Amino acid sequence: MAIDVSTINSAEDHPIIRWIWRGIIALAAMTVMVIYDERLDIYEIIIVNLTAVSIAFLGQNWAAFRLHSIAVTILSMIAIRQYSDSLTLADDNFLLNYILASPSAFMWMNILFIMATATYFLGLFFRSNLTEKMSTSLTWSAITIGMVGLIVRWKESYLIGADVGHIPVSNLYEVFILFAVITALIYLFYERRYQIHSLGGFVLLVISAAVIFQIWYTFERNAHEIQPLVPALQSYWMKIHVPANFIGYGTFAMASMIGVAYLLISWLEINNPKSHLVKAMPSLVLMDELMYKVIALGFAFFTVATVLGALWAAEAWGGYWSWDPKETWALIVWLNYAAWLHMRMTKSWSGITMAWWAVIGLFITLFAFLGVNMFLSGLHSYGTL
Amino acid sequence: MFMPDTNSSKNSRYTFGRRVSRFFGSMDLAITSLLILAVASIVGTVLQQNQPYADYLIKFGPFWFEIFEAAGLYDVYSSLWFLSILTLLVISTSICVIRHTPSMIREMWALRTNLQEKSLQVMQNNSSWTINAHENQVVTTLMAKLVKQGFRVKNKVKRDATLISAMRGGLNRLGYILTHLAIVIICIGGLLDSNLPMKWAEWQGQIKIEVRDLPISQVPNESYLPVGKQAFQGNINISEGRYSEFAFLSMRDGYLIQSLPFRIEVKDFRIEHYDTGEPKSFETDIIIYDVNLSRPLATTISVNHPLIYGGYAIYQSSFSDGGSKLFINSWPLDIRAGHNVVPIETQVSKTIPFRWGKRQFQLEITEFRPFNINADPIAEDPGRLRNFGPSIGFKIRSETGEALEYLNYMLPVERSGREFYLSGVRSSPAEEFGYLYLPVDKEGELTGFNKFLNQIRNVKLVTDIAGKMMTETLATINSKEVDLQRSLRQTLTMLVAMFEQGGFTMVSKFIETSLPKAESETLGPAYLAMLREMLGRIYFSIPNNKDRIVDKEQLIFLQDAVDAIGSLPRYGSPVFLLLTDYEHIEASGLQVAHTPGKYIVYLGCASLITGIFLLFYLPQRRIWTIVKTQPQGVTVLVAGVSNRNSHDSHSFFKQVIYELQKFDGTLP
Ligand code: HEM
Repeated sequence: MAIDVSTINSAEDHPIIRWIWRGIIALAAMTVMVIYDERLDIYEIIIVNLTAVSIAFLGQNWAAFRLHSIAVTILSMIAIRQYSDSLTLADDNFLLNYILASPSAFMWMNILFIMATATYFLGLFFRSNLTEKMSTSLTWSAITIGMVGLIVRWKESYLIGADVGHIPVSNLYEVFILFAVITALIYLFYERRYQIHSLGGFVLLVISAAVIFQIWYTFERNAHEIQPLVPALQSYWMKIHVPANFIGYGTFAMASMIGVAYLLISWLEINNPKSHLVKAMPSLVLMDELMYKVIALGFAFFTVATVLGALWAAEAWGGYWSWDPKETWALIVWLNYAAWLHMRMTKSWSGITMAWWAVIGLFITLFAFLGVNMFLSGLHSYGTL
Repeated sequence: MFMPDTNSSKNSRYTFGRRVSRFFGSMDLAITSLLILAVASIVGTVLQQNQPYADYLIKFGPFWFEIFEAAGLYDVYSSLWFLSILTLLVISTSICVIRHTPSMIREMWALRTNLQEKSLQVMQNNSSWTINAHENQVVTTLMAKLVKQGFRVKNKVKRDATLISAMRGGLNRLGYILTHLAIVIICIGGLLDSNLPMKWAEWQGQIKIEVRDLPISQVPNESYLPVGKQAFQGNINISEGRYSEFAFLSMRDGYLIQSLPFRIEVKDFRIEHYDTGEPKSFETDIIIYDVNLSRPLATTISVNHPLIYGGYAIYQSSFSDGGSKLFINSWPLDIRAGHNVVPIETQVSKTIPFRWGKRQFQLEITEFRPFNINADPIAEDPGRLRNFGPSIGFKIRSETGEALEYLNYMLPVERSGREFYLSGVRSSPAEEFGYLYLPVDKEGELTGFNKFLNQIRNVKLVTDIAGKMMTETLATINSKEVDLQRSLRQTLTMLVAMFEQGGFTMVSKFIETSLPKAESETLGPAYLAMLREMLGRIYFSIPNNKDRIVDKEQLIFLQDAVDAIGSLPRYGSPVFLLLTDYEHIEASGLQVAHTPGKYIVYLGCASLITGIFLLFYLPQRRIWTIVKTQPQGVTVLVAGVSNRNSHDSHSFFKQVIYELQKFDGTLP
């Protein structure tokens, strides 16, 4: 029986490239540790090393990611250099004011994400290779400038005051950007591996929604201002708990959008099997499997994030589990996907039902992410609307 | 799927126990209970948990309050029904683990060797080819290659062929065990740390929840919990310089008192602030006294940095006023309060009796703040913040129990270039404060205002001034009617008295009601003008104010003072309490937790994470190879199966088979 694996790209890069990459990252991690020697406590050193390991791992066979990391590093370094010691410099420095200062960088990210979404759909309808390549590049650019914005914002917070400085994952505005960046990165990972350009528009739709919300939030609520951290958030735990959570949210969002595509295509296959879209999109089987893979990844990271959250809560609030609304909703999300996975693994459910379930999962996730902050009160009240 | 579901026709022969176990271990029940638990969890997030029962009563009214209480909605997560669902899940998972573990362990190790050629041919990933070599040689080489690719291998020589069984990722099955066992472990750990044993003891009548607000020494014995192994999470507020050996455990609408095996003393509590006024850190210097310690243990705790001592964790959780000492001057505003300033010494949270005239009042100090950083109302930029200095909040309660709530600032506040003492008043917490502005005199004090007030109340002086004013006014219109003079003088005195009692509102009302309609339109404004003139004369009759040339500043002060007096009737308090000095004493809110199940839970979490990653990212893959000598050469038939990720495994097997096919019979 013939096996069609043409859609999987698991090619490995040349060992030399891989070793050079690992070397560079190790060096970078070491430099960071030397420069910030006095600032970093033991936990943060562990975090730096874990980050380095993940970057080394992601980049070893993924040229685009390597390029992205290098671009982020160079651009952030330029911005930080330009800032030197004063925040007010941004007002008359062209580069900072229009491109690299965090509010500008995020605006560029927003624009690029929306353009990328449009281009993905154009590529889907015209089935043009060039457009597909362009949409991928646009997404990479959006992630890159978004990531630069986050790093620069980190620096900016320290320029406001040494005691104000903190990693920009501490309020709703900042995590929205994190969400967009992480979701797009996860998507690109799968895009490269399974050659699924035609799904890009669908996944980026969720990111665009986040971007539009974030624009509204910026202008309507002045949310982009850097606020000092409340005492409960001043902890190294935040640096791992929040990103781990957003890997979970990002993958669940992506799974739901694959679900939408799945439902659309399975509807079209019955009603208009000759439709252009049916041919352009990945097979239902592949989408079904992707949905599973993505949810599995999200479930694993969401589990890690929840456990980290419990460890942190034990330290900050005096109990590892206090049934606070945010915690409880995290549990609800987790139980939901545990049930989803069981249905698939043990009852062999698949297809339309699971796609619908994945779509519904997005709403549950969304409530845990946003709804809790908007409608419920609790210890996690770091970002209200 | 691996699950060898036993033939269901045999069901009838199962014993009762087997059937119960099948029911609880069934997948349907497991998934259902996962989802029910998710839905049930929502309840407690919608309704705020563990609030004071009085709040719920107000919110729902007595009828629904009782129904919700019976349904355990105020503490959903330890209600019987919620715990039952949780228990169901734990039972289901335990049975699942018990039932599957033996077969999982077998799957982890066993390399199946009873396969036929036919079964290989129907597998998805298969391939066959022919090599020109000896069968044994082919078998050894292929086995070596498989080992190199991470497989565990075993060969079995059959009648006419050799079967190589290979497997990798056997630990995937361990993943299953770890994941599901973790759920059970976590729930057991959580149970140890829950307040269930306490509820049990209460149900048994061994302990009783105290609902009254009593000093610790008066709490009856059955509400005390001795030092022991039990888990708890309690709170205590300790004022600076004080200590405690107990923690309060809040239970439903009351509390229990938990003895601690040591004594905690609070030396100092500190809050640091950012420039924006938001808190930056909360810290407490504490000392632990314990007979087991050779020396008291002094340390500092803060949010995110608890002290772990002897299995107890002490956290910074809140703060409050610990009874700050306040020195207050009571300025009379009202005739009942006399004419002079009375100094008062009291404390936050203290209630002292007060007597004004014949009436008894209570002064309850509710709060003290050493500073108030608020938006600056006079700055151009509304976002600008300013420190308004210390403030006190208090209630003045009359004999009938009604109380007005006040908020007084210690330092004068600037408004339109003048300075005022500010006092807010409201009758219920639902309202906004209405403010009284008392003008500050040249010396920066209330003396000027107080003098003016006393002057207005001095009936003899007012009558004199009124008489003088009448004479002057009537002289200008050449009237010598004694009656008119007297009645006008009376009117003027009365207007002043009325103003003093009820402000301009009362005067206006008087004009409206007592004068005939036709006259009130002409006489009304005249009355008001005369009243103002009187007030001015009274003000300038104060020795210091008199013989200078009237300057603008004085006129403005007069105007402000008149405005203030005019709004006094709405102020409600016969005195103005001005904070003059304070000694700030804070109380640190500590949480003390004893959670012996914590490490069990952590163990469970570690097992869960390890298990999940093994399940997802270590797929179990099996390969079988049948090597058979045939006339045309040695044929090799390879087939592989995986328990996960069909797409990925396709390419994986393709790669493996490609590697195997590289061997064409020539020796390396
Ligand atoms: C909170 C409770 C539970 C959690 C978090 C949980 C988690 C998981 C996870 C993550 C998987 C792997 C799914 C996959 O590979 O895609 C799994 C598989 C499985 N679970 Fe559960 N589970 C729970 C309860 C249960 C219960 C109660 C049962 C039994 C009645 C059960 C039976 C199974 C079975 C049979 C598998 C398939 C194992 C395999 O073939 O790999 N689970 N579970």
